[in-house]
Amino acid sequence: MTQGILIKNAYVIDPLSGIRGEIMDIAIRDGRIVEDALPGSEVIDAGGCLTLPGGIDSHSHVCGTKVNFGRYMSPEDMRAGRTSRKGVMHVTSGYSVPTTFGNSYRYSTMGYTTVLEGAMAPLEARHTHEEFTATPHQDMLANTLFDGNWSVMEAVREKDVKRAAAIVAWTLAAVKGFAIKLTNPGGTEAWGWGKDVSHIHDPVPYFEVTPAEIISTMIQANEILRLPHSVHLHCNNLGVPGNFRTTLETMDLAPPAGGDRQTLYLTHVQFHSYGGTTWRDISSKSEEIARSLNSKPQVVIDMGQIMFGRTTTMTADGPMEFKLYMLHHNKWSNHDVELETGSGIIPVYYSRKSLVNCVMWAIGLELALLAKNPWQCLLSTDNPNGAPFVKYPEIIALLMSRRMRENEREEIDPRTEHYVPLFALDRELDWYDIAVMTRAGQAKAMGITRIGKGHLSPGAQADVAIYPLKPDNLDPSVDYQQVMAGFSRTLYTIKRGRVVARDGDVVVEGANSTIWTRSRVPPEYDMGSDPEFTRKFDQYYTVRLRNYPVQDVYLPRGVCIETEAAL
Amino acid sequence: MRIEDVVCPFCGCLCDDLVVSVEGTKVLSVENGCTLATEKFTGDHRLAHPIRRTGGAWEKTTYDDAIRETAEILLDAERPLLYGWSGTFVEAQTLGVHMAELLGAVIDNTSTVCHGPSIMAIQEVGHPGCTLGQVKNRADVIVYWGANPIEAHPRHMSRYTTFTDGFFVKSAFRERKVIVVDIRETDSSEIADEFVKVTPGGDYAVLTALRMIVRGKGDLVPATVSGVTREQLFRVAEICLSARFGAIFFGLGLTMSRGKSKNIRNAIELTEELNRHTKFTISPMRGHWNVYGSNEVFTWITGYPYAVDFSRGIAFYNPGETTSVDLLRRKECDACLVVASDPGAHFPRACAEHLASIPTVQIDPHVNATTHLSRIQIPVAVTGIDAEGTAYRMDGVPIRTRKLFSTGYPDDVAVLGRVYSLVKEAKG
Repeated sequence: MTQGILIKNAYVIDPLSGIRGEIMDIAIRDGRIVEDALPGSEVIDAGGCLTLPGGIDSHSHVCGTKVNFGRYMSPEDMRAGRTSRKGVMHVTSGYSVPTTFGNSYRYSTMGYTTVLEGAMAPLEARHTHEEFTATPHQDMLANTLFDGNWSVMEAVREKDVKRAAAIVAWTLAAVKGFAIKLTNPGGTEAWGWGKDVSHIHDPVPYFEVTPAEIISTMIQANEILRLPHSVHLHCNNLGVPGNFRTTLETMDLAPPAGGDRQTLYLTHVQFHSYGGTTWRDISSKSEEIARSLNSKPQVVIDMGQIMFGRTTTMTADGPMEFKLYMLHHNKWSNHDVELETGSGIIPVYYSRKSLVNCVMWAIGLELALLAKNPWQCLLSTDNPNGAPFVKYPEIIALLMSRRMRENEREEIDPRTEHYVPLFALDRELDWYDIAVMTRAGQAKAMGITRIGKGHLSPGAQADVAIYPLKPDNLDPSVDYQQVMAGFSRTLYTIKRGRVVARDGDVVVEGANSTIWTRSRVPPEYDMGSDPEFTRKFDQYYTVRLRNYPVQDVYLPRGVCIETEAAL
Repeated sequence: MRIEDVVCPFCGCLCDDLVVSVEGTKVLSVENGCTLATEKFTGDHRLAHPIRRTGGAWEKTTYDDAIRETAEILLDAERPLLYGWSGTFVEAQTLGVHMAELLGAVIDNTSTVCHGPSIMAIQEVGHPGCTLGQVKNRADVIVYWGANPIEAHPRHMSRYTTFTDGFFVKSAFRERKVIVVDIRETDSSEIADEFVKVTPGGDYAVLTALRMIVRGKGDLVPATVSGVTREQLFRVAEICLSARFGAIFFGLGLTMSRGKSKNIRNAIELTEELNRHTKFTISPMRGHWNVYGSNEVFTWITGYPYAVDFSRGIAFYNPGETTSVDLLRRKECDACLVVASDPGAHFPRACAEHLASIPTVQIDPHVNATTHLSRIQIPVAVTGIDAEGTAYRMDGVPIRTRKLFSTGYPDDVAVLGRVYSLVKEAKG
């Protein structure tokens, strides 16, 4: 352990601290940002380079059952990206679904220090946590799936919000999850019968509750439990032409925010912003979605940008993956999880020669360019669904340079411009916008600024990324290649006060934390001793209640955010 | 002392509802378990201490010496093979993979002689599956193909399928139809509503005929297919098509008979086609209690579920080339570490002979056929009895096995960890 680090001459953008590009020094000690460096600290001269809080991904699929199945079924993808052992770095494999160390090294060399796994089935949580441990350079959090949870749906049917909240509290504590995730709410249960729901008021078979009721109840439950994040929602009808109506109706369900964060987080909204009625007349409805977003400070979205090339789609949305398989006829995996959720995987290729793919590509960018407030539209590809996260630098460059977008226009299906407004948008995002959309916004939306994430003020966690980019000497509008290269590889990535990556190489073994939440509830709301809940559990699950909770041993460095439930 | 909700470390069912009575380090009784489970918990044939072959005889050795010599053997080898892993826990499997990487070794698990071809089929066409509870709560049609669960997975039917009531299947016995496909009558076929007797090696054709019927091309199906009448094929297809939720489980009778991975591919494609009409899933009947865990661990660290060769510096996978049987048959390996499995009992004779001719070290609690091929054997604690750790059920559900009591034995992680440290030290 060194005495600490002093970063000198850093060009700092720290949106949460109101710093919009100042040359300053940053002192680090004992894993935290401090006012003054200790004498004898290691000095890093940033030389005026862009220095940001460590990157945070608020929606990425990197660990757990379906991710690993994506690897398992895809030796062709494993072959497409492999590196040998180098220094402390393990062998890695994979392009769109890299091995855990592959993910961790690539994120780290891009300056990312925190990643939220987008979907964890509670029954298989132990698997996610095992892979978290093998992703050592990022602090990890797990969205926990409740979209087809039988106990929750029964509580929704009984209009018993408090019981729904109690079930969430018990489950998050049991599986060491971070937040409530709903993936195609109701649809994953319907998929247990090979069916789906078609709009937010379409009742779920047998349970007779609607997606809208599930969403609204869970938003209330989330606020009762005072969880750091809001409900994290993958809307119904993903990928269906005309689905923008479902998305708009869903956004209308979000109640006004009480505190300073959103009440509803919509993920990969690109996939939910389609007009038209079939694949033949699909069009962009980004303007409608952005208009709604701009009028609703209580909603935050992430882009779900697609980028051209090969990738693997994977989601808890089982019925959607089957529909996609019916289009692609490649290979298809499905994995329903009893009483909880589903999942599916298929490989895809997004082509510049496919009009549909070009429209999708444009929509993601449009959402970011049309959202007035960068805090409300975060950068993501729904890794790896839209593209592997290694494409983030290219997306940043596209958002910062109209010229780059115009160049790309020459390469794609020429009909695209008739279906999308992208090429009429002059806006070019600036460094500050990008800093918000890749770390500060995520930290705020996930409610983890309180544990020192996403900012660089004294007391914050010393997660810092220094990029070989000098904003004073660069015009991103023109020098977009440099922007892309710069965001691909940090000069230094510092995590918890330690240099973990330099110039594209990871230099230490790494030891991450897993962040989870526990809401304290009164004893009468403890589901672990609720007769009805425990009876049904032992009757219908195939794992005993006592063997279900994830033991502490799976979180060697667990960080628990505790809240007091308003029950 | 009675310990409840004990996890059984025998087969891929990974039943977690056993009640085990223990006194000191002795298991007195096992409730809820099948005969296999009872035997596993109460059996007492452990090797007492590490042994080493000198000349033609075994001599007692210490853990320190056995571990040191194991590391030396591995470091001295040009083409070491680390084989087995299905009978130990995830934490030990993880160490194995990291050690293989450092040694530039081949690491392989028992899938290589088991569901390896199923994995190859999945890599071609994917795998529409589900957790076992989804079957328990919903399935009204169950198909066992080339599997005899009553003998090989004795509680599969009573915990997950045929005999257990589920949420949407209130009376399992009345509401579930069972189809068994096999080349001979078995205990499982006796309780089937429909027993489809296929001539040996004829599964692929039968699957194809069923696919044709499901696709509306049934008029092209001949009068008999591999010994199965056209009438029965239509009847089976109709049962599947009118299911609300159907689940196919297949065993080595399909995976390892003529056609191998192509049989499984055909079965998966039948499942996929049935999904255009109703809900269907398909799942392999995995054997060892944690063979699926070894596939999972290998995959998240290396990208491949088995047969991973690190000799080129990267992870390389090519079944048929990097699989243990093929490596040993070619006499390529010059040292082998066997962990938690018994290749001596399951590999072809030529492979066993080669294992006997090279320095083979076995880490295993029991004396088995591999002992006779080995130079050193290091006994360890039995996971699920005197050691604990993660296991993955045949459907991918991870469960932490329990430790019922402590014995003097180190567990697999303790022994492998020491070997790994020595290897690390030597490799700088």
